[in-house]
Amino acid sequence: MVERTPFLNFFTHLILFVGFVFCVAPFAVVAIAASHNLRDVNDVPMSLLPGSDFWVNIKTAWVTAGLGPKLLNSFIVAGGVAAGKVIISALTAFSIVYFRFPGRMFIFWLIFVTLMLPLEVRIVPTYAVVANVLSPYQAILDVTGFSWLIEKLSGVQVSLNLGLLNSYPGLILPLVATATGTFLYRQFFLTVPDELTEAARMDGAGPLRFFIDVLLPLSRNNMAALGTIMFLWAWNQYLWPLLITTDQSHAMAVTELKQLIPNVGGTPEWHIAMAGTLIVMLPPLVVVVLMQRWIVRGLIATEK
Amino acid sequence: MEKRVTFSSWTIGILFAVPQLLLIFTFFYWPAGQAVYWSLTLQQPWGGGNIWVGLDNFRSILANADYWNSITASLVFAGISTGLAMFIALVLAALTDRQLAGSRLYRVVLIWPYGIAAPALALAFRFILAPEAGFLSVINRIWPGIWDPGLDGADAMASIIVAFSWKYVGYNFIFFLAAFQAIPRSLIEAAAMDGSGVIRRFWDIQFPLITPTIFFLLVINITESFQDSFGIVDIMTSGGPANATNLMVYKIYSDGFKGLDYSGAAAQSIILMLLIIVLTIFQFRFIERRVHYG
Repeated sequence: MVERTPFLNFFTHLILFVGFVFCVAPFAVVAIAASHNLRDVNDVPMSLLPGSDFWVNIKTAWVTAGLGPKLLNSFIVAGGVAAGKVIISALTAFSIVYFRFPGRMFIFWLIFVTLMLPLEVRIVPTYAVVANVLSPYQAILDVTGFSWLIEKLSGVQVSLNLGLLNSYPGLILPLVATATGTFLYRQFFLTVPDELTEAARMDGAGPLRFFIDVLLPLSRNNMAALGTIMFLWAWNQYLWPLLITTDQSHAMAVTELKQLIPNVGGTPEWHIAMAGTLIVMLPPLVVVVLMQRWIVRGLIATEK
Repeated sequence: MEKRVTFSSWTIGILFAVPQLLLIFTFFYWPAGQAVYWSLTLQQPWGGGNIWVGLDNFRSILANADYWNSITASLVFAGISTGLAMFIALVLAALTDRQLAGSRLYRVVLIWPYGIAAPALALAFRFILAPEAGFLSVINRIWPGIWDPGLDGADAMASIIVAFSWKYVGYNFIFFLAAFQAIPRSLIEAAAMDGSGVIRRFWDIQFPLITPTIFFLLVINITESFQDSFGIVDIMTSGGPANATNLMVYKIYSDGFKGLDYSGAAAQSIILMLLIIVLTIFQFRFIERRVHYG
């Protein structure tokens, strides 16, 4: 469409450019501050010409916060959450869409409700569950009298105990336990033509075969979109890892940023803090740049 | 919508749902139930189980000025940051949708902030907005002591609002742009043929057609401002100065894990849950009816 609106076009360019600058400026400031030495970074205003200490600062931040193993932990947890979501949501959506068992709608609503209450809101009791994941089952056995029965019959006292604090499952599982992906798959499965199912059944395929050989290959786009979004989401988690990892061996990169906040008193070491920030924000940024198409598609499909 | 062709075996169907059901039972329903139980009981200091106190926990919280302060802070934070993030994103998306030269670049770059962890951007903004270094310190050179988020509550609140809005501009932009692009070009072109200008077309065609997205984002932004703000608050202000930025989730965390007041924290969780549920229902019930669907 050709339209001559020179005045408006000028303002469009101007506003978009200002937006662009505000969007990129923090990235630029972090990168530039990370290249200064202690004196230059505390100059007011800080010089926007990059200094020469970039690699030294990166190295210092890397060593002080011990970022190497923590980045690895972040990759494991974010990858685990993404994989868990992609697999478990597909299974559940298949069950809800392709079968007619009693209580199906009840299961659907049970899962739907989990969308409403994010982990942050129920953080205290979830922490208590993860400290001993079997405590819900222990309580059920106690209340129903099964513990008593077992103790009478075999003489063994039932006390289930499995702590997941400071472990990968403890970090990953509660983050997987939401409904986000299930509805993405459900929407997609509903658009898969019935003729395909009929043809597969006529060829003698059971549900398992149909799921693995027909539905999963068709859902590849959904998997990529969901996996990308969940990876970013899990990488950026803060409150949950902060609580669950009291031990340094399982700490994640994002929670380690807190150690880099400069102390009050003395000249603040902002150059090291910014170098650390740069390292931690880089992996998700790379994912966003490379997987842009999937993110846009996945976000819009999961949230609607 | 329902499938016409399905598989008949019940057992296999249910088995497929079992992993998810086990997960949400253990990590969602049990803890949520536990929160309700704790909020109605009080843990005895010498052990020996919880004693039933009814609604006492809620009463003592609601009588506490600190808690009301926290609610006010959360609402101020939610209101201003949601407004800012949505307005800026809407303007940028509408302008990008005009598809002038260079719009591809904006489409790529304006999404970047979405990928950044809240604590990472919080640390970046803590530096940029620091009173003694960075950039805003310049105004302290001219008027000494006018800007200090460490001492002034309003400054601290402004800092966390800026950091949060910056991230959510990127998020909202994705949705707004998708909504604008879903509007058929022919509609816009027909209006242009009838002689309506760009701004007229925005108010009469594009804006009414994207109202579902606006309301959807409104609810998402408000709920996210309750939860995703935790990392920003913890890194930038730790709830201070003088509780000025002690938002609800941060208070639940500090009362529960630092003050070890599980019952009080659980009661606060329940109130926050109710708030979020009400918001969600409000979105489904009332707002959706007044919205045009294209």
